[in-house]
Amino acid sequence: MRVAVIALNTFKEAVRDRILYAILVFALVMLAGSTILVTISVDGEEKIIKDLGLACISIFGLLIATFLGTGLVSKEIEKRTLYTIISKPIHRYQFILGKYLGLVMTLLVNVGVMGLGLIGLAYIWEGTSSVRLLLAVLFIFLELVLVTAIAMLFSAFSSPALSALFTLCLFVAGHLSADLRLFAAQFGGAATKLLAEVLFFLLPNLSRLNLKDQTVHGIAIDGGTMALSVVYAIFYVAALVLAAMAIFQRRDFK
Amino acid sequence: MNAIETEKLGKEYRIGFWRKRICVLSQLDLTVHEGEVFGYLGPNGAGKTTTLKLLTGLLRPTSGKAKVLGRPPGDVVMQQQVGFLPEQPSFYEYLTGRELLNFYGQLVGLDRPTRREQIEGLARQLRIESALDLQLRKYSKGMLQRLGLAQALLNDPRLVLLDEPMSGLDPIGRWEVRDLLLRLKSEGRTVFFSSHIIPDVEMVCDRVGILVGGRLVAQGPIDDILGAQIASIEVTASQVPPEVMAELGYLLVTQSVPRGERLLLTVKDEAALAELLTRLLDCKATIHAIAPHRESLEEYFIRYVQPRETP
Repeated sequence: MRVAVIALNTFKEAVRDRILYAILVFALVMLAGSTILVTISVDGEEKIIKDLGLACISIFGLLIATFLGTGLVSKEIEKRTLYTIISKPIHRYQFILGKYLGLVMTLLVNVGVMGLGLIGLAYIWEGTSSVRLLLAVLFIFLELVLVTAIAMLFSAFSSPALSALFTLCLFVAGHLSADLRLFAAQFGGAATKLLAEVLFFLLPNLSRLNLKDQTVHGIAIDGGTMALSVVYAIFYVAALVLAAMAIFQRRDFK
Repeated sequence: MNAIETEKLGKEYRIGFWRKRICVLSQLDLTVHEGEVFGYLGPNGAGKTTTLKLLTGLLRPTSGKAKVLGRPPGDVVMQQQVGFLPEQPSFYEYLTGRELLNFYGQLVGLDRPTRREQIEGLARQLRIESALDLQLRKYSKGMLQRLGLAQALLNDPRLVLLDEPMSGLDPIGRWEVRDLLLRLKSEGRTVFFSSHIIPDVEMVCDRVGILVGGRLVAQGPIDDILGAQIASIEVTASQVPPEVMAELGYLLVTQSVPRGERLLLTVKDEAALAELLTRLLDCKATIHAIAPHRESLEEYFIRYVQPRETP
């Protein structure tokens, strides 16, 4: 109940933030703009729309997740707004969970609007409705849910600027860790292989959640692998949120 | 049971690259009885806010322990019965006053009708009715302070912890807060508030604690702290011949102050008073009034705090 109160208020904060609308409008304009590229391309019109559209959703979603996520806790501490909340009959972990769910809700709405825009656009251009496109958007959402958890974890002990930097670094590393492992397995020595393995297991394997290429090029996606990816993401998120709770639980608010 | 009890409570911060220790509060033994108004006094940086944060669970002590309403600080059962106003409170600016109070009302677990009733009632009491539907970014400092008081009282608390409740308020606002504190007391609540504005404290408190440099230097009823001891005695007299006046100089604490026809003479103690009166009666001067002057908290404070602050 108290978690829901915090979550709804966090959502309300995002909804009343003008920057969010600016990002959303910009993203929709970008989506619409991709149709211009279609008219000047020689072949594969529908690929361009899907490709650019999914990239667009991914990037703007990442922006929202990183910048709202990193401010989620640290801004409350900096602005001292949490003094009157933490001193109310609420557990600290409830506060963290509420803040997190509020931002996930915000992301859901934003990715939802952008996703519907893209699916609508693809439908107008090709005349086919695409379940696979929806699936790709859903996996982008899942990825953003994970990125938000990373951002919040950093924001529980670091400044917003540093947290944003760390989060973006981890985002890139998370997309490259599988490739890194592959490279190390082929060319590296024993030590390099071990390092790549350790990194691979520690870093979030974000390439797992990336269905963009398969969707755009119509490559078959295995249902079992997808289900496993979802389970992987859920466990990773749970671990991050628990870590954020543990850090927040012990924090002093000077 | 005492409302607040601390035992050798201490807080250290570690700052800088070398994690140097800074002690902001040490060996605090504080007792606040239930149903009293307790004033927590001290100069800026004495550790008042740190104490309040320790009592609300925002900070964790490095040593000692504290009990608030018989429970450890930060305990949810304790928080249900405590209202807290932080120093210069800051709230979500994107909400209106009503939305904010509604949000806090939900956090303390009030149902919808009770919430509405409490919000209306407190807004009336604290005179923020007209601003309830404005976004907080449009609130003045004084309005925010009032809103802060309202949120602290939403849950009908047994104990109210207020950090500098009068700061940011104009004289009328301060007067109203003083009234509010007394009303809270008459309703049987315990009030613990910090301040460095001494007259505020002197007027409403049953007991006070004085904190200097992280240490509690005095605690108790104001009368006990100041003592029944007389700081000076003022004698008002007239028709004192100038030559007698010139001789009396050594008895006086300060120079004589002319008040129209009369003179205000201040002496240190009873012995000096006796001598002064004898001399005045001898020269047939008229004595209008003799008034013992007790030390005020402010004078005590200045006398006690200053030598410690300026080494």
